[in-house]
Amino acid sequence: MNTTGKVTGIVSNLVTVTIDGPVAENELCYINLAGTNLLAEVIKVTGDKASVQVFESTRGLKGGDKVEFLGRMLEVSLGPGLLSSIYDGLQNDLTTMTGVFLQRGEYTAALDNKKIWEFTPIATVGDKVVAADWLGEVKEGWLPHKIMVPFSFKGEYTIKSIAPAGEYTIEETIAVLVDAEGEEHNVSMVQRWPVKVAVKGYKEKPRPQKIMETGVRVIDTFNPIAEGGTGFIPGPFGCGKTVLQHAIAKQAEADVIVMAACGERANEVVEIFTEFPKLIDPHTGRHLMERTTIICNTSNMPVAAREASVYTAMTICEYYRAMGLKCLLLADSTSRWAQALREMSNRMEELPGADAFPVDLSAIISNFYSRAGMVVLNNGQTGAITFIGTVSPAGGNLKEPVTESTKKAARCFYALEQNRADQKRYPAVNPIDSYSKYLEYPEIIEFLNNKIEKNWTEKVHAAKNLVRRGKEMADQINILGDDGVPMSYHEAFWKSELIDGAFLQQDAFDAIDALCPIERQKAMLDLIMQICQKEFKFEDFEELRKHFKEIINILRQMNYSEFEGPKYKDYEQKLHKLLS
Amino acid sequence: MAKAYQRTYTRLQAITKATVSLEANGVSNDELATVNGKLAQVVKTKGDLVTLQVFSGTEGVPTNAEVSFQGAPPTLKVSDQLSGRFFNAYGKPIDGGPEVEGEEREVGGPSVNPYKRRQPSELIPTGIAGIDLNNTLVSGQKIPFFADPDQPYNKVMADVALRADVDKIILGGMGLSNDDYLFFRHEFESAGALDKIVSFVNTTEEPPVERLLIPDMALAAAEYFAVDKNEKVLVLLTDMTLYADALCIVSNRMDQIPSKDSMPGSLYSDLAKIYEKAVQLPDGGSITIIAVTTLNDGDITHAIPDNTGYITEGQLFLRADSDSGKVIVDPFRSLSRLKQLVQGKKTREDHSQVMNASVRLYADAQNAKTKLENGFDLSDYDLRCLDYAKEYATRLLSIDVNITIEQMLDTAWEIFAKYFSPTETGIKQVLIDKYWKN
Repeated sequence: MNTTGKVTGIVSNLVTVTIDGPVAENELCYINLAGTNLLAEVIKVTGDKASVQVFESTRGLKGGDKVEFLGRMLEVSLGPGLLSSIYDGLQNDLTTMTGVFLQRGEYTAALDNKKIWEFTPIATVGDKVVAADWLGEVKEGWLPHKIMVPFSFKGEYTIKSIAPAGEYTIEETIAVLVDAEGEEHNVSMVQRWPVKVAVKGYKEKPRPQKIMETGVRVIDTFNPIAEGGTGFIPGPFGCGKTVLQHAIAKQAEADVIVMAACGERANEVVEIFTEFPKLIDPHTGRHLMERTTIICNTSNMPVAAREASVYTAMTICEYYRAMGLKCLLLADSTSRWAQALREMSNRMEELPGADAFPVDLSAIISNFYSRAGMVVLNNGQTGAITFIGTVSPAGGNLKEPVTESTKKAARCFYALEQNRADQKRYPAVNPIDSYSKYLEYPEIIEFLNNKIEKNWTEKVHAAKNLVRRGKEMADQINILGDDGVPMSYHEAFWKSELIDGAFLQQDAFDAIDALCPIERQKAMLDLIMQICQKEFKFEDFEELRKHFKEIINILRQMNYSEFEGPKYKDYEQKLHKLLS
Repeated sequence: MAKAYQRTYTRLQAITKATVSLEANGVSNDELATVNGKLAQVVKTKGDLVTLQVFSGTEGVPTNAEVSFQGAPPTLKVSDQLSGRFFNAYGKPIDGGPEVEGEEREVGGPSVNPYKRRQPSELIPTGIAGIDLNNTLVSGQKIPFFADPDQPYNKVMADVALRADVDKIILGGMGLSNDDYLFFRHEFESAGALDKIVSFVNTTEEPPVERLLIPDMALAAAEYFAVDKNEKVLVLLTDMTLYADALCIVSNRMDQIPSKDSMPGSLYSDLAKIYEKAVQLPDGGSITIIAVTTLNDGDITHAIPDNTGYITEGQLFLRADSDSGKVIVDPFRSLSRLKQLVQGKKTREDHSQVMNASVRLYADAQNAKTKLENGFDLSDYDLRCLDYAKEYATRLLSIDVNITIEQMLDTAWEIFAKYFSPTETGIKQVLIDKYWKN
């Protein structure tokens, strides 16, 4: 029999429960509020008192209300039908809820158990299998969705029977497995997994081998992110974090995208599910929504479910990764998740760490980031989760616990800068402070050498250096004045402006400029570097400025034109004329 | 509200300036109570010990005060009778009129299912170019004015509200000075718009903790008109900084560990609960929130404006401009995140490019100004930028502008042509060909 208890204390969504039996850390329970069951999770136990965080508003809850523990942790359902879904942080399907308002205690099924799927077996009777091995496949839209041995199965099993090709619902048995003791286990197309536990079931987790294209120049060329890599985007509000993340979601080279809207604005989620069904995936020509799952816990939804939402999102990615797919997880924003941790820690009256965050914040963040990565599956195929989180530093100051902890965990850093945003230089990624550790990986350098051209990374470093130099020159010019510095200073400054204006800046709202494939990025960088290698013989810095402004303008017009189309060629001609 | 099961207690265990604690049974979370006639709300239960926040403060509350629980959270009676009326934080009339009759609804209710929302797409023109041209407002948006206390934010807000094409305007006034309260009343009355306005007002004469009820009251009324009546509702909340200060008082009295700037750790969630009530509903109704967050000497890194900025869909930053001698909507610090949903779609095609070019050139003017201040010679381009900045600020950024968006765009093109060559604006060639004024 399950443990039960009674409510003895309430502060906002932290409830203290006196228990009559054993409970586990992170175990779930239902609190009965006048007939409505509110889901809650154990976060601390002291003697016969369990502190639980309630995933709903606790308005109207009374001392003495009954609590029933469920004997399991927070789990998600994994099976065909996850794609294109819109879930809350606890994997309730938001689209099947009835009213306009979210009703407390309304929990909806994550997967449709009536829907018929076309199943084809992959494994055969007599095969020896372990957790995460592929048993069969269904077509989830375009995606070959593998039905696997449930992740929770330990040890080796033998397939006793497997369903023939045909139509099944997710709950029908499609295979019977026999364990070492000879016991039989029925397997259906749906399995459950606790979100806070990382899914293993792969052979190894090698270093990333290649980059994931995003079509954003300042990322792909200047600070590329690896497939299976991690990155984060910190920035004050209004610097374009969300626009940048949405651009990545639209354009990234990935099979499956899970977007976790974690404690952010509801209208941003509305934007995703209004626009994505209309937009086309540039790599496959299919609708974007067909590869996207949205986990949505907006800022006004219960704070405890916000913490759960990022774990739910990660678990779904891990599930698809085990099918040998490339997944991209975008979480906006991880600071809200950290704040949810802080609120709970605060209510439990724990001793606070920096800025009142819990002391283990850093460990929690790096543990979460470590669930991303590329893996080699048991059958030799590879899958990957690339994870990009945004961070919303308080007051835009990067010296705060969430940014600092994330910096230790993530390999790419895209610093958004207020000053650039003020000048409408978008994306406002600071070209000098930002970095990608992957540019130092020999595997990645090798990959870029083959994919783009030999010594590509050197060219990138050269361009970066020009930008850095231009910044130094700008400082000098500001101190000494236009007339107080030699012409070479002006020239260096304008060369950096050229790279900035024509390459780093990119119009996310322009149909053509928004997505810049790597070939085009190379062509543009080559052109710009050619100009930068020239020495300009101007007597007067005004003339120089005018000349560069014209060059930048022509290159920007090229960015707005179809690659190698007639207009593009026209501008190219104009440019050559201007330069000769 | 004398009900049969009303429970009464007369022994307080503890009293602070904002809270009282006592032993009581069967009390539910968020429930209202009265403490010697003063309205209070349950904020914490620990065993039998219940802590209540007393909205009007605990001055004069004795340890043997009579506490009676009402068994329900705060409510508001909603009906069309709300129109044209002024209420206090408890929803009681302060205009001498009769009590409102209607359905009694809990305030601070559940959130809209994000999936049931619609994407905001209707433009709210205000006539102010600093808003319409650079930071276009959209129905269903939530956006605050960031302003120092000496800026005329209440005047601008009243102007915006009265010019906006909406069915209802709901004012939530928190810590309004009596003068400002009378100003709003006068503005609304003289505009002849009183019948579409509902006001909930807490003035500085009233206790600060009472303010905590104002946004919930105002938004409960807004939800009635937007959800039940499918109306376009504009909610004005001023001043949210004073609201946050009241939150701080209560959490402090409850011995919570403060986070940044001595604000409660839950400030983000507390503010989000209010602002996220802004919504475009599937049946045509909408709630748009325009708020005021006063700043301390322009400091937007303080926890209140900072958290607000992360929640709202942009901010409108007011500042005094020395070039033009006017108060302007600062184009750098201001932002409307939803502007691209209407710019070029509900407005002329050149809108977003004109906006970006004009701000970029204004940034160049700021650089020129820095050079000037540092005592350097200015180039011809710098000088043109400075002249441009002055005219741009006077004719477009100033808050006393009142023209249509078409006129704003034409004005911008006119000023571009006066000071710059087409290449210097960096605008797409097709638009230059069509709109450049020779």
